[in-house]
Amino acid sequence: MKIVSAKKMQAVVKEVMKMSNRESCCCSADSCCSTKPITPYDKNDEWVKGEIITPKGSVPVISTNLCFKDLLGAWKVRWGINRMNYRINPGLYAVGKPDHTSPVLVSANYKLTFDVLRKELSGLDCWILILDTKGINVWCAAGKGTFGTDELVNRISKTGLPEIVSHRKLVLPQLGATGVSAHEVARQTGFSVVYGPVRAKDIKAFLNSGFKATEEMRTVKFTTWNRLVLTPVELVTAAKFSLVVFGVMFLINLFAVRAFGIRDFIVYSGAVITGTVITPLILPVIPGRAFAWKGWLMGLLWTLGFTWFSGWFATGFLLPAIGYLLALPSLSAYFAMNFTGSSTYTSLSGVLKEMKIAVPLIAVSAAAGIILLLINSIRA
Amino acid sequence: MIHRYLKNVTTLRLLIEKCIGCGRCAEVCPHRVLSINENKAQIDDKDLCMECGACAKNCPANAITVKTGVGCAAAVITSWIRGKEPSCDCSCGDECC
Repeated sequence: MKIVSAKKMQAVVKEVMKMSNRESCCCSADSCCSTKPITPYDKNDEWVKGEIITPKGSVPVISTNLCFKDLLGAWKVRWGINRMNYRINPGLYAVGKPDHTSPVLVSANYKLTFDVLRKELSGLDCWILILDTKGINVWCAAGKGTFGTDELVNRISKTGLPEIVSHRKLVLPQLGATGVSAHEVARQTGFSVVYGPVRAKDIKAFLNSGFKATEEMRTVKFTTWNRLVLTPVELVTAAKFSLVVFGVMFLINLFAVRAFGIRDFIVYSGAVITGTVITPLILPVIPGRAFAWKGWLMGLLWTLGFTWFSGWFATGFLLPAIGYLLALPSLSAYFAMNFTGSSTYTSLSGVLKEMKIAVPLIAVSAAAGIILLLINSIRA
Repeated sequence: MIHRYLKNVTTLRLLIEKCIGCGRCAEVCPHRVLSINENKAQIDDKDLCMECGACAKNCPANAITVKTGVGCAAAVITSWIRGKEPSCDCSCGDECC
């Protein structure tokens, strides 16, 4: 048995489990410990079903079903929990019973990406080559260059892929094209690159049609659902910022003549939610194109509505009402502007153009509003 | 629904005389900005371009230029503060850069 020392203990445990629980699905891994593993993995991972032997060593065979732990992990990263360290080991993985003629799909080592991909592969026999993208999804990693030509070329040689498959074709996710130069990969490795569909759910149709992607499969979308799943992270970021704001309000209350109360809390929180959740959700129906503008408009509607219905214009609350009307729509605009980074269609040139106008306006308006609110709370 | 961002801002340029009509650009574009017509690439709707750079990166004839970058306001603000080019580094935690 060629097992490295660190894994010895696990191997012993495994042997015991194997004897006591031979029928269990996940315990077939030991039959092949005579070959070196190409891709190291944690034997406790439920998504590894076993191992397959190749001329270059053993490769983990993965499940195409997601278990509760996978779903919980996905939910957590959507809320920003453990998001930067949700990753698997780069290397080669197997789905089904692939042989030397089976297709090779390339993807990123963000566990969320990996899960989205493998759940679409049931019934298929294929290889998955996972690049080291530092736990970042394909598109973002391609933009940064970690899902890139060099990493792909290196990973091909590190895993010994040319000796595992007899063909010379790789299927890359289309969004990986931002980082990978197909003709460079072909020149350096002899593997030709075929860009697959944008979304993992189209992989089966793509493979079954002889590597043909429809226009629909090639187009990036940004559906209401796509936008909804991105809003929790925005909200968490804004909540951290808001804790500071509440802290300052609390300090001001210690010596304020007119203290901040529940209505201030509501009007502020509403503006935050407007910028981080409402604006992203109804993005396409808000008039205009610049994100900051859309956020400002929605923030203005909220603040106007709240101050109006609270009767602040009529009851001597005019000063804070104007203060909030200057400060809060700017705040919503700022949060909405930051959603450009989560969107799938904004260009850097466009964002720069938008920001050159929006950022000074936001700063001036917010500063003026805050000054009015301060005057209102400390004046005798 | 097609989302549209600001007009007339993209830095995407196609040098038609260099184009060999291989079709890679049309294949990789996530917003279907490019297509092949009579063995040459053409830009159909440049305002849909998000400057991801996939077309230029995969053009074997270097017929496409685009100033690529991340269309992310938070990244731009960070770049103003740090004096660097905007990049997606918000998503890599403390360990890198």
